[in-house]
Amino acid sequence: MDRKVVIPGEIIVEGDDYLPGDSTEKREGKIFALKYGLAEEQNNLIKVIPLSGVYHPRRGNVIIGKVEGINSAGWMVDIGAADSAFLSMMEVPRFVNKDAMEEVFDIGDMLIAKIWTINRRGIDLSVKSRGFGKIEEGIVFDVNPNKVPRIIGKEGSMIKLIKENTGCEITVGQNGTVLIKGPTIDDELFAKKAIMHICNKSFISGLTEEINKWFKEEKK
Amino acid sequence: MAEFKRPDGRGIKEMRETEAKVGVVPNADGSAMFRTGKTIAIAAVYGPKKMHPQHKQDPATGQIRCEYNMISFSVDDRIRPGRNRRAMEISEITKWALEPSVILDKYPSQVIDVHINIIQADAGTRCAGINAASLALAHAGVPMRDLVSSVSVGKLDKTLVVDLTKEEEDFEEGEGPTDIPISMTSSGKVTHMQLDGKIGVKQLQESVDLAKEACEKIHEIQKKALKDAVDMEGKK
Repeated sequence: MDRKVVIPGEIIVEGDDYLPGDSTEKREGKIFALKYGLAEEQNNLIKVIPLSGVYHPRRGNVIIGKVEGINSAGWMVDIGAADSAFLSMMEVPRFVNKDAMEEVFDIGDMLIAKIWTINRRGIDLSVKSRGFGKIEEGIVFDVNPNKVPRIIGKEGSMIKLIKENTGCEITVGQNGTVLIKGPTIDDELFAKKAIMHICNKSFISGLTEEINKWFKEEKK
Repeated sequence: MAEFKRPDGRGIKEMRETEAKVGVVPNADGSAMFRTGKTIAIAAVYGPKKMHPQHKQDPATGQIRCEYNMISFSVDDRIRPGRNRRAMEISEITKWALEPSVILDKYPSQVIDVHINIIQADAGTRCAGINAASLALAHAGVPMRDLVSSVSVGKLDKTLVVDLTKEEEDFEEGEGPTDIPISMTSSGKVTHMQLDGKIGVKQLQESVDLAKEACEKIHEIQKKALKDAVDMEGKK
């Protein structure tokens, strides 16, 4: 089955050969879409890839957030989801002076972190790994979180392409926040332009080649 | 009975020229415009997000919050903007019309904000608002069992007609006007129905059937609006 656009309540396929996957529902032997997006079939499993919607945190996601509060146990971080996330002092791999926690992360600081656990009380973050922690320089901007898989590409092919063509270091948070660090501001803006271009073209099949072509044209 | 003549020459089952578009408010998570004749509604959806004020949070399920508003220049005489009794009623009615189709149990303590603005009014604003809101919810990626379509059926003297205009709503002859806004899902389940005026049981049943026919047409327009939004972006 080809990919096709579906709307909520639309019948994707009929028959008992198929199983309902993400954002679908089976009623009376028919598989209905529950979200607006692209329907896809894989091994008889039907799923809908949503085109829009707010970020849904999952365990293990790498995200870029903004510190919005400090209490005695850690930091509250806005990650663009409905629930705000918490970074415990225990999850910071360095000595934290309890009287001067803003020296580690101050309100308004941005940081790269990993979602450690999600429970009823909220989301817990961790920065205990290489590459995580406070963002010191670079530009940060938001994209539609549903386009993040397109920006990264299959096994990171797309992000590699952008890195090679712009010489920038790029971190894409699963919550749709992107960090670009490059040698010059012009390089950073060029990388941002490329990412915005991917977001606009994200429906095209063979996107990586398309972007390759785009880079050749833009570099002239 | 002789064929009933409508002021704008439409047939009794004929709707006004209808148009729908999604993505009209870039800042919102989802948005839509719905126009029927001279009535234009714009809906913007924000969320799901944490419910504030906190005491309104429901840890069992998510909630929808609707806000219907007529812009001051939407009618001939300036209308005082902001909440009034009519706007509050329609906000609540819109919420009830949409709630059965939206799947909210995955969003505990959260809220989906739906803002509806009528930028031009020529009767049937609550129906246009519901149509726009349903589209905007789908566009925002909110999980829904079905889209909701809405239309107003009217009785002018003794004739049932679909999609009233303001002129028809003010019809004075014979038994006078009766206005019945009806909302239903594409599978024909009624989610909202109001009645303003007098009507018999038999004609009420007939008007539901008429609404069903009209809602099917509206559903096609809504479907097209959502599907076109993707192809256009792909070709760009």
